[in-house]
Amino acid sequence: MPFRKKPEEPSGLSRRGFLKTVGAGTVAGGLIGESATPPRASAQAPALAGPGPIPLELNINGKVEKVSVEPRVTLLDTLRNHLDLTGSKKVCDRGTCGACTVLLDNKPIYSCSMLAVEAQGHAVQTIESLGTPEQLSAIQAAFVEHDAQQCGFCTPGFVVACTAFVHDHPNATLEDVRAGLGGNLCRCGTYHGVTEAVLQVVKTGKGGA
Amino acid sequence: MAKNAWPSADKRSLIGKRISRLDGPVKSTGRAKYAYDISRPGMIYARLLWAPYGSAKVVSIDTSAATQIKGVVGAWPEMKDGDEVRFAGQVVASLAATSEEIAHEALKSIKVVYEVQTPQMNDVLLEKAETKEQRDEIPDAATVDKTFNEAEVKIEGHYGAAAITHCCMEAHGQVAEYRDNAMYIWPSTQNVSAYAAGLADAAGMPASQIHVDCQYMGGGFGSKFDSDQWGAICTRIAKETGKPVKLMLERDHELMAAGARPSAFANVRAGASKDGRITVWDSTAWGSGGMGGSRALGVPYIFGNIPNIRRVSRSVRTNRGSQRPWRAPGHPQSCLVTMAALEDLAAAAGVDSLEFFLKNLDYTERPDVYREELRIAADLIGYKDKAHPRGDSTPGPLKRGLGISLHTWGGAGHKSESTVTINPDGSASVNIGTQDLGSGTRTVVGIVVAETLGLPLENVQVNIGRNEYPASGASGGSTTVGGVSTSTRDAATAALNALFEKVAPALGVGADQLEAWQGSIHVVGDASKSMPWVKACSLLGQIPVTGKGSKPASDGTQLDNSGVGGVQMADVTVDIETGRVTINEFVAVQDCGLIVDLKTAESQVYGAMIMGVTYALYEESIYDPVTGRMLNADMEFYKLAGLADVGTLKVHMMTGPGYDERGVIGLGEPPVISPGAAISNAVANACGVRVPTIPLTPNRVLAALEQGGKLA
Repeated sequence: MPFRKKPEEPSGLSRRGFLKTVGAGTVAGGLIGESATPPRASAQAPALAGPGPIPLELNINGKVEKVSVEPRVTLLDTLRNHLDLTGSKKVCDRGTCGACTVLLDNKPIYSCSMLAVEAQGHAVQTIESLGTPEQLSAIQAAFVEHDAQQCGFCTPGFVVACTAFVHDHPNATLEDVRAGLGGNLCRCGTYHGVTEAVLQVVKTGKGGA
Repeated sequence: MAKNAWPSADKRSLIGKRISRLDGPVKSTGRAKYAYDISRPGMIYARLLWAPYGSAKVVSIDTSAATQIKGVVGAWPEMKDGDEVRFAGQVVASLAATSEEIAHEALKSIKVVYEVQTPQMNDVLLEKAETKEQRDEIPDAATVDKTFNEAEVKIEGHYGAAAITHCCMEAHGQVAEYRDNAMYIWPSTQNVSAYAAGLADAAGMPASQIHVDCQYMGGGFGSKFDSDQWGAICTRIAKETGKPVKLMLERDHELMAAGARPSAFANVRAGASKDGRITVWDSTAWGSGGMGGSRALGVPYIFGNIPNIRRVSRSVRTNRGSQRPWRAPGHPQSCLVTMAALEDLAAAAGVDSLEFFLKNLDYTERPDVYREELRIAADLIGYKDKAHPRGDSTPGPLKRGLGISLHTWGGAGHKSESTVTINPDGSASVNIGTQDLGSGTRTVVGIVVAETLGLPLENVQVNIGRNEYPASGASGGSTTVGGVSTSTRDAATAALNALFEKVAPALGVGADQLEAWQGSIHVVGDASKSMPWVKACSLLGQIPVTGKGSKPASDGTQLDNSGVGGVQMADVTVDIETGRVTINEFVAVQDCGLIVDLKTAESQVYGAMIMGVTYALYEESIYDPVTGRMLNADMEFYKLAGLADVGTLKVHMMTGPGYDERGVIGLGEPPVISPGAAISNAVANACGVRVPTIPLTPNRVLAALEQGGKLA
């Protein structure tokens, strides 16, 4: 599936809607330093979820996926261990290396640093949605052409990040690439190929394809 | 008959061309399944509890509370009461549960009581370290001392490199499954063919019943040769519980226990004539690879024929996780110490560094190769225009400088066996028990078969990564490409000759007059007589032909070789107010004999340079001297270079006459050797003082500037 344009109206919860739903008690909690009155549990407060598995509906790669996971489970572990979407890799597991990068409402995020429950109401796209070995996306084809991969373990995260980067920076320069793709790490040392691949896609104007 | 030799340049359709790796599409789409990605029905997750002390005695281990937790399948002590903990990260207990989260949490319920001892963590101060000594003096101590004292130019310096860890993107680990009286294992390994041998005890069955499958692996760099303690634990739990088990190290454990490159430090005295001819080398070197100490440094590196040499090496034992081979073991450290001292000597003599190295090349084993490579590297980096004496005199805080380094490696092929099968429908396949670490081995094997049979690469099915296939060596020490290309060429030639026997009568000639070329079988020297490949293969009837090949080759032909030289030059900027070092340009010139795939060969060099930038500027395992625990066991503070940190890279491969006919030589190690030295030399040239120890972090650079280069 090609990189998708941002939906007109994101489905599910917005920040504003979230605040409305959980009611005044939680909002007051954020203001506790200014108020002598601690927030009280009210009838509007949400029921506590967990610690056991809870049912979730996630929008993954354009499909609604129903999973049952504990609230503490990250989006990354949900993708990998519950949906067998293992293209997103677990490397640092603390938001440093970018190997777990997915798109959340078209923006690249570290899926190791988001809980699956937080991903509800958002459109999640993993590497599995960005092309197939038989039909590579423009970025993926450029990765192959410029050998932007060795062991390949960081590669899917890089491809996702590069896909979003090229979409947002269709006229990127070398300096833009260096400034904009610092969120992914590679141990084999494929940065030269990654840089060449991204610049080629920019040059041919195929970033949206 | 097809000859078991590499084709001449005019007969190469694929060898030496820029060919995209075969597994590029599955990797870039996330379809490649690594050990970490394997999922089996009913699989459980195992985790390891490790000791948080560098030195301690285990008083007791109590797993009973952990086993009561819902979802925990079992918990097992992995040490006995009274056992000694010798490094932080040593495995104390294991646990398996139905989910990763439960396993992670339940581990905290295993109670271990330690009697904590003071760890030996110092590897920097030789006088305070526990050491073993080696001594080597050529010709004798008195002559070395006399030559140094009489030298027209002399330097005395201290140089060093901190210990680092492999930090593979895919942690060490595996999935194990016991079924049908056999063990199935999906490991992340550099050693598919020999992997099972280490697990026979844990599996309780002979290696012949252990099936190993590693199609993709997320980096090894020398740290993944063995099945390891975690392989044995995973296998044992799979056997004991009857459930498939996944056991991957967590990142902090990975960085502490799964391998290290030893630290290295040296005090060097060296002398030269005033025109820059080296006369004497005298060094005391030490370093630590953890519990096992470390091997002696090979200094003076490359320049082994300097007439007067004394080298003393001391191995330091520390309570750290043991060293493992780390891409070009010992070479980067030896290279740094040598090239840094020699550039200091050149600076002291007031001789241009390039001229200095050229003047002393006869002290190396391959002066002609280095001379040519130095010339090319100098052109690529613009040496003539950029070079200046030590210390950039440009006003302002930004100082720019150039640095040079030279290196060598062997790279002969390992033992290898391979089979190539040609089917009656014209398809061809190769089976070989090797592994692709990302270096492009799968692609190299495919290219060799396709080239030999005269077929397009996509017509060849390449099967690697299983121990059912003919055995091939571990991928380490740049031995793979020479091994697998020899055995596979040998096998493909044997299969082709078997096909020729069938085809020859139809073409009315002897089999020895045939050759395979561009999809047809031709009569040599008679363009009118040929048969398309598919038709030729149909003459096989019902039965495919399989050729067996090996390294060494069956007929004794040598298709690989050993011994390469490389040169690297770095152009850096040092901000003397902040201590920050920036790579502007970085050039590598490398020979490796006959190149099978130029694209993945160049990638090896680019990758090594980038890895070397990390070694030179950023990465260092930092340990707490009190607890013995690694303080930066994560990827935020164990720093790897990012895309913006590596500057503009240029790679030049030495190819053509004089190089190609040597045969295939490994390339993984050589280009990773010089970066630390070249960048350190460039920093010295820029800011005018030697920063003694890598990584050249801002604090070290500033300290060196403040102290005039004496400490850091």
